[in-house]
Amino acid sequence: MKRVALIGMPNAGKSTLFNRMSGASAKVANWPGLTVDLLTAKLLLAGSMTELVDLPGIYDLHGFSDDEHVVRHFLCNNTIDLVLIVANATQIDRQLALALQLRSLGLPAVLLLNMADEAKNLGITIDVGQLSKELGYPTALISAKYGQGYTQAYRLIESELQNSTPAPMQTLEENFAVDQQMEDELDAIIRHSVDVPIKISHSLTEKIDNVLLHRWFGLPLFFTIMFLVFQAIYTLGAPLQELVAWLLGNVRDIALVPLLSWLPPLLSGFLIDGVFDGIATVASFVPVIILFFLMMAIIEDSGYLSRAAFLMDALMTRLGLDGRSFVMLLMGFGCNVPALMGTRTMRSRGLRLLTMLVIPFSLCSARLQVFVFMATALFSPREAPLVLFSLYIMSFLTVIVTALLFKGRFNSQEPFALELPPYRFPTMRQMFLRGWLEISHFLRRATKFITIGVVLVWILTNMPYGVEPASAASWSGWVGEFMAPILSPAGINPELTIALIFGFVAKEIVIGALAVIYGLEGANLMQGIAQQIDWVQAYSFMLFTLIYTPCLSTIATIRSEAKSAWFTSLTLAWPLTLAWCVSTGFYQAARYLGY
Amino acid sequence: MTVLHRLSSLAVGQTATVQVLHVDSGFQFRLHALGFRIGKTLKVIRLAPFNGPLQLRLGNTDVMLRQQDAHKIEVLL
Repeated sequence: MKRVALIGMPNAGKSTLFNRMSGASAKVANWPGLTVDLLTAKLLLAGSMTELVDLPGIYDLHGFSDDEHVVRHFLCNNTIDLVLIVANATQIDRQLALALQLRSLGLPAVLLLNMADEAKNLGITIDVGQLSKELGYPTALISAKYGQGYTQAYRLIESELQNSTPAPMQTLEENFAVDQQMEDELDAIIRHSVDVPIKISHSLTEKIDNVLLHRWFGLPLFFTIMFLVFQAIYTLGAPLQELVAWLLGNVRDIALVPLLSWLPPLLSGFLIDGVFDGIATVASFVPVIILFFLMMAIIEDSGYLSRAAFLMDALMTRLGLDGRSFVMLLMGFGCNVPALMGTRTMRSRGLRLLTMLVIPFSLCSARLQVFVFMATALFSPREAPLVLFSLYIMSFLTVIVTALLFKGRFNSQEPFALELPPYRFPTMRQMFLRGWLEISHFLRRATKFITIGVVLVWILTNMPYGVEPASAASWSGWVGEFMAPILSPAGINPELTIALIFGFVAKEIVIGALAVIYGLEGANLMQGIAQQIDWVQAYSFMLFTLIYTPCLSTIATIRSEAKSAWFTSLTLAWPLTLAWCVSTGFYQAARYLGY
Repeated sequence: MTVLHRLSSLAVGQTATVQVLHVDSGFQFRLHALGFRIGKTLKVIRLAPFNGPLQLRLGNTDVMLRQQDAHKIEVLL
């Protein structure tokens, strides 16, 4: 099988091109010899199956950050039939450097100048023939976002792939300094083939920045926007969640219960009250998750995240972090795992570890499901969004406390330079693809972790054979009782304790587990819980869920990224300690005040 | 006689050309890739709140750079 690698600087539109070429077939593959996940897809090119690999966006092949190291390692250890260099046509004067570096290694490549539409609007004209001749690489202008020039580029790639012989494995590791000759050549090529108007301006971006990056209003505007986004997710998401829960409830009562009535009660109980209820409760939150990721996609693709880094850098510096750490915390609102991987762009180990220590406090979308559920069950529709927002504030407070406590141990002198890309708006196609990716991601998790989790919870609550489910005589009752001296000061009862224990695997399991433990689903489950615990207990439980030990995937990622057992144990022990202190403190204070 | 200034001392709206980079080689690679090359013209667009980073424009690229790092770059007005 032939192998084609995509290389480009950050913000060159590499991922957009990858998605367009691979359709929705993109999947995360674990690369042999690398502990890093690279996106790969298989597609038919020039009549033969070809593997397309999306390498991390990098500025320089000789850089010292982990992502640059990943790319170098990949090029040195894999045969590559063709490299697709993706460069942003509007910034060709500096992005062409990467193409020259690849050429000096003797790699066969095609140069794709992306965002051709944007370059044209800015008045940048590129003589593709001239550029291709001087560079020695076939070159095409494309717009990966809108698909322009795509057919022609595809033809170019196919003909190159047919003629190319894979480059011998390179020994790139010997560093070569920035070569003056290469710089001169870069200038010459640009002079001969690119015409950039004297004064170009992204006038719309400038106007938006004048407001959003305003000296005084920038930060308040940022927090207002975030508040409105989360408000919108709850307002739109909660009714959708109820609708899906109602539909799945009907499937259960109308189809599943009569269909399985011939089975022995233990087995039908296992299938309906265990597996189906558990998974259905988690599945009812899929609309909330899709909404959440659509909003995140808009914010991420628009370029506003770099603005957040710009606005927050000064404050983050005081915590021993930087603007990128803040962006990773925001990314962590989606899922902590990619946020942890995003720290690879940091070169200083101290800064990277401190950022990885605080990322798990980011209120991820899995925990959001638990909070939407509990807030809807225990609080009025007016209070619920405020409860959610208070948990986001708590998430930030725990980050601040943790960073202040540990910044002495994780020192960093890392310089801070980052690009501010122009504002862009994602197309419907991009948003649709993103939503689909999240659903498939959820289905994969559902079939593994969540099913196993709810099955185990069912066994714990229904064994030994014949006991009243979830009673003190069941296995879950024993575990709950065993843990009671530790968790009852926080107001967390044995039922919630079991849910928390399984939440260690994946936080989605928490609500799935509650459904199984209470033997209820949908609106009935919410009512059942509301009858058993009051709002003080519920909030204490939410605080504990927010802060305690991150999920298994997060821990595994921290282990493989930090490569330190000591640091991994710290990311297990510290959040657990903090969670217990915060929950117990809150619960005891609220009770003392008479609530 | 030419007088070099530290990039961090420039006011918002001022334009200058890059002359000297007093940085380690790792950061130099990054600065080169972002467009900080000798002789390149840059403009200070704005300053972030609480004395945060500078927003600089080099050609068609906008870059943010912390003031303490901007101090390591010498420019000609």
